[in-house]
Amino acid sequence: MNVGIVGYGVYIPRYRIKVEEIAKIWGEDPERIKRGLMVEEKSVPAPDEDTATIAVEAARNAVKRAGIDPQEIGAIYVGSESHPYAVKPTATIVAEAIEATPRLTAADFEFACKAGTAGIQTCIGAVEAGMMKYGMAIGADTAQGAPGDPLEYTAAAGGGAFIVGKNNGESLAMVEGTYSYTTDTPDFWRREMRPYPKHGGRFTGKPAYFKHVISAAHGLLRQLKFTPQDFTYAVFHQPNGKFPLQAAAELGFSKEQVLPGLLTPKIGNTYSGASLIGLASVLDQARPGDRVLVVSFGSGAGSDAFSMVVKDAIEEKRDRAPKVVDYVNTKAYVDYSTYAKYRKLLVR
Amino acid sequence: MAVPRFWREIPSRYNLIGTRCGNCNQVHFPPRYLCPNCRRVGKLEPYKLKPRGKVISYTVVHVAAEGFEDQVPYVLAIVELEDGPRITAQVTDCGPDEVRIGDEVEIVFRRMGQEGEEGVLYYGYKCKKVS
Repeated sequence: MNVGIVGYGVYIPRYRIKVEEIAKIWGEDPERIKRGLMVEEKSVPAPDEDTATIAVEAARNAVKRAGIDPQEIGAIYVGSESHPYAVKPTATIVAEAIEATPRLTAADFEFACKAGTAGIQTCIGAVEAGMMKYGMAIGADTAQGAPGDPLEYTAAAGGGAFIVGKNNGESLAMVEGTYSYTTDTPDFWRREMRPYPKHGGRFTGKPAYFKHVISAAHGLLRQLKFTPQDFTYAVFHQPNGKFPLQAAAELGFSKEQVLPGLLTPKIGNTYSGASLIGLASVLDQARPGDRVLVVSFGSGAGSDAFSMVVKDAIEEKRDRAPKVVDYVNTKAYVDYSTYAKYRKLLVR
Repeated sequence: MAVPRFWREIPSRYNLIGTRCGNCNQVHFPPRYLCPNCRRVGKLEPYKLKPRGKVISYTVVHVAAEGFEDQVPYVLAIVELEDGPRITAQVTDCGPDEVRIGDEVEIVFRRMGQEGEEGVLYYGYKCKKVS
């Protein structure tokens, strides 16, 4: 494989709601929930934000970091389960807003929380085949959890954008390999015209998240003949704070390898954005030569695993755009009623 | 707003594309067809304005325009962009008492409105205080 990451960018909305604030409404014990999910607060999109605006801000940060002419981007794929339109691509809005139009291909992807990494794989294929110089893949969501559903504590908003190009001096990380593991597992779904997803409760754990994440990680380690000790960092999809640490422990990764890319405790589950924001957070602090494992998970279900080695260009590029920590620390809290209005749970 | 009218203005609304006169170097936003200084000898070309500026004046809107009712009270400001032109834009992600004259702002991409529940969504620029 001769491809690399040329640029990346993230965006996380400013507003936050604390677990205490949600638990108060539903008469639940916030400490039990915070302990159980390992989540303290989650990001909330402003009333004028949606998946398209989040994707655009992340894409602009990625272009800034890459320092490339957006006209050289040959593909934009936006992965999300909360595209603003049922029919009309988010990707064309992003393409226009970063001035990449009109000589490119664009499409929206959907695979629960892993549509963004599916986009990265598509870009890797297209760049490797020589179809285009650069491809951009975005994972972004404004996730919805039904009022009172356990998902309401974690369903958050945010996104990450990655620009894939040939592996050369301008790549800040080299992609060593990718491996996917996919089965038909109905652990979480949303039917047509329905506002909120449904899920299988505990069924979302062992047969869904853990089976796919661990199988994809094992598959990639076998393929590349690596062990967990060969990696400096490991990023797993993070529906809550607990699952990625459990999966890591089962695979033989330490907490220290996982924590730099674990953002859910502070921002919630940003769905398609989650593993990409985790990877961005690792790149924000990694040194050249560090090896990073990324494993996404999308309900339905599947996982994409990637192995990357950080390169010298990271030092020059990383300060060109806001880092994950900048967005995590820029916040304003809202109460449940404001949250309900912002999320259109209250409509006059 | 008719869809074609919005669509025609997408370059300005998404990316602050205005015009600059190649004769006197003045920058205009929104774009002009004729340079107000040079008239016939003006040479207008598309120009992308830098997405930074400062608040010249502002007001807090309590009785909103249609489509903005759920955002009251919100701040509407006159912002002088670094390139010179002044725009009127909502200052988003802030409370009504968080804006002051002279505040530095950056341009962000936000949802501006929608044609009811079935129509198109409008996107464009708003301002956000530089943190």
